This record gives sequence, structure tokens and C-alpha cells, in this order.
Amino acid sequence: MTDKAPPKIRIGGLYKAFGTKRVLDNLDLDVGDGESLVVIGGSGSGKSVLLKCILGLLRADAGSITVDGEEVMGSPPEKREAINRKFGMLLQGSALFDSLPVWENVAFGLLAGKLMDRKSAREVAISKLAQVGLGPDVAMLSPSELSGGMQKRVGLARAIAADPEIILFDEPTTGLDPIMADVINNLIIETTREVGATALSITHDMASARKIAHRIAMLYQGKIIWAGPVSEITRSGDERVDQFIHGRADGPIQMAVRA
Amino acid sequence: MRVLQLIGSFVLGFLESTGRLVIFAGSAIGHCFRPPFYWRSLGRQLIDIGYYSLPVVGLTAIFTGMVLALQSYTGFARFSAESAIATVVVVSITRELGPVLAGLMVAGRIGAAMAAEIGTMRVTEQLDALTTLSTNPMKYMVAPRLIAGVLMLPLLVVVADIIGVFGGYLVAVYKLGFNPATYLQNTFDALKTEDVVSGLVKASVFGFIITLMGCYNGYTSRGGAQGVGAATTNTIVSASILILCFDYILTELFFAR
Repeated sequence: MTDKAPPKIRIGGLYKAFGTKRVLDNLDLDVGDGESLVVIGGSGSGKSVLLKCILGLLRADAGSITVDGEEVMGSPPEKREAINRKFGMLLQGSALFDSLPVWENVAFGLLAGKLMDRKSAREVAISKLAQVGLGPDVAMLSPSELSGGMQKRVGLARAIAADPEIILFDEPTTGLDPIMADVINNLIIETTREVGATALSITHDMASARKIAHRIAMLYQGKIIWAGPVSEITRSGDERVDQFIHGRADGPIQMAVRA
Repeated sequence: MRVLQLIGSFVLGFLESTGRLVIFAGSAIGHCFRPPFYWRSLGRQLIDIGYYSLPVVGLTAIFTGMVLALQSYTGFARFSAESAIATVVVVSITRELGPVLAGLMVAGRIGAAMAAEIGTMRVTEQLDALTTLSTNPMKYMVAPRLIAGVLMLPLLVVVADIIGVFGGYLVAVYKLGFNPATYLQNTFDALKTEDVVSGLVKASVFGFIITLMGCYNGYTSRGGAQGVGAATTNTIVSASILILCFDYILTELFFAR
């Protein structure tokens, strides 16, 4: 969180377009080591695209992304995979593998990376499930037998199973009731602090952003229009940020109601 | 001019999708030979493609053999050449009908299921989830399926050959009243190694085509339930046509001198 430490992730001049639509337009963003940064922005503002570019699920058209000072853009697949091992990610719909039982979902990264045998991977999975408040009886269930909130927890357990240095959260509270959303928020805070991980989240849920962030950045029209500590967001002095955090339909941001 | 434009855009579209498929196939084959290998995943596919396709392939083969014997009898009875039936059955089953019919049935059973499974994983972000867990989806999902298809189809065809010839024997002996010993002798006389081997090579190629089309269509599917449905249909149609097309090409390579 200190200004002197080199950033964990540094994004410079990132540009991504789909056809003629510019989704990310010369975007700059730094995420400090051990910091929890939340990127807020409206639906379709390119938040998900940003995360996918960082992980290499989408290829950005131009710009630079460095992780621990290492350039990710255009690096060969082996190096890319090595860097990706530092990441864990909770996807929006949890995206659990429905062909595998819950414990194998959680232990997937450990088993696939051949980091340990099945027996010890299973023990790790059960301890990670306990960390997100799920008992060992859940381990043998199939993901389809779980509620949405429980699936999120399993997804979180899977994201932290390999003790990643950086965890990405894609709209972690979307589709959950307010109480479950707060439970997930608390788990995110606990799990990232416990492993000392850097967290980068995207959301449009302001309650969640305020709770889990050290710092908030707002993405609008492909750029970061404001970034600062969470305590200063109400004094940003930017009308667009004010409109977003208060959730007003009228203001400088005009949502396209008709496509 | 509009007609030319249409033809042009059609040709460009065709070349573009062919190119995509070839690049996908090249990358998939590469992943089959480079570690890490996912043995559990491969084992599951071997069982799914090989073992669970046995009933459907066996039933197809037995009825094909039976109908072949019956049909060729009506044809050959006029020339009083009943002994030729054994030859017709064994040659057409081992060379053609075994591999082609097994290929078509497996395309319907396995190719469609692969497209649906991988397509659903694509639209529910499960393929992305694999990447976030440092697992290359080409290696984990596609490579085991390709290997299993190439290995298991020939084995299925061996079974189909045996059952098909047996179907012909049943009809010849119990319906047409041939002498069992003579029929078997005729069958073994007509059985040639190169016929069987060419059928097995065809089967391997068909196994590759089926799994490749299933994986490719699933992997590239877009747009929810409708996209997955389209991927499934495309897989069966394109795999079936490619099987028949490559059947001709391979026959030409093996037997046309």
C-alpha cells in the first residue's frame, strides 16, 4: 500500500477494440503489492475485458501489462503459464466444473499442476472449504447440488487453493442476496488478508466495493477516470463518479437504453 | 455484380473457416505430444468412446451383415453363385461398411456429446476457469479426446467386423439354408489382411475427424444455448460428410492402381 513499493501489476496504455468499438482505450492502472483494488464501472464498460486481458484470456491490441516487473504481453506460452500460476480467479458465474465433485473442483489446480497426490490434495481442499465456511460433507457433492451462494464459496475456495499471490474477483456479489453478498465480502477480506494476497476486483456493487477495497478506480469509456482511497470516493470532485456511486439515472453518464 | 460478390464472400468465408479449423487441428495435435499429459482424462475418454459405443456399433454391424447376406442372395441367386455371398459380406464389411457405419454412429453419439459438453463449458466460462487454474484447455479437454478417438475407433471396427460377418453367417445358415462349414470356409478364403488393415486405418482417420469436429465446434461455440445447439448440429453434419469424403479419398489411395 505504500507508494514506494513497486506495483504488483502495472498496466500501461492498454488498448482493446472489438471491431470498431473501443472497449479499453489507453488504460493505465497500478495495483500495489498486498493492496485490494476495486474497479467500478457500468455494465459493458469493459471491466471484464480488463481482467481477461490481464490473464491472457483475451489478447489486448496494444499496451503493456507487467506482473512483478515482468512483461506479460507477447510473452511465450510457457512464460505466460508460469506468470499465471501467481493468479487465482473467482469467475462471475463461479464456473465450477460440473463433471467433478466439489473437492476435486477446489483441488483442481493442485492436481492438474501435479503439485501433490490425490489424498493430500483432498485434505487441502477440505481445509480450504472450511476456510470459506463449508463443512467436509459438501466435498463429495456435485456442484449442481449447491445453491448460488455456496457455489460462490466453492469458487472462492478453488481460487485460493494454490495460495496465489494475486486474486482476481469478477463481480463476486452479483446475483446474491444482500446478506450472502456480505458473507462473500467478509470471506474475500479474510482470505486475501490471510494469505497476504493482492486483490483486484471488478464490480458495480458499491456496498461491496466500499467494504473490500483499499482503493477504488472507476472505469468509464475505456479509461480510468478516477482512482483513490476508498475514503475519498465521496469527495472525488468528478460528476461521473458521483452519479455512479449514488446510482442516478440523470447525469453526465448516459446509458444507451436503446441499442 | 451482386452474384460475383456473393460467390466471393462465400469463398472467402469458406477459406477462413477452413483455415481456422486447420490451425486448431495443428495446435491440438501439438498438445497431444507435449507434456503435461492428463491420464485420468484420457482414461475416461477411452472408456466413453470405446466401451460405451459398443452396443450401438454392434447393433449397427449385425443388422448390416444380415441385410447384406439377404440382399446379395436375391442378386446372386439368379446366377446360381450362392457361394459369392460369403465373399460379398466379408469384403464389404471389412473394407467399407464396418469403418463407415461405425464412424457415422460414433459421430452421432460421441461427436455431438463432445460439442455439447465443451460448448457448454465455453458459454459457462468453465474453459476460462481452466486457464485461471494454469491448465491449458487444449491439453486438458481436446488432446485426450483426439487420442482416444484415434485409438478406439479401430478397436470398435474390429468388433464391428466380427459381428457384421457373424450377422451374414446367421442369415446365410439359418434363413437361406447354407452349409455352415462351407460358408465359414468361403468367408475365411475371402478374408484378406489388407482389406482389414485398410478398414482399420480408415477407422483411425474417422476417429480423428469425429473428435476434432466435436472439439472444434464446441470450443468455438458462442452465444448460449442456441450456440451450443448449433455446435452440436454442425458437428454431426460436418463429421458425417468428412467421413464419407475421406472414405473415398482413402479407398482411392489404398486400392486404385
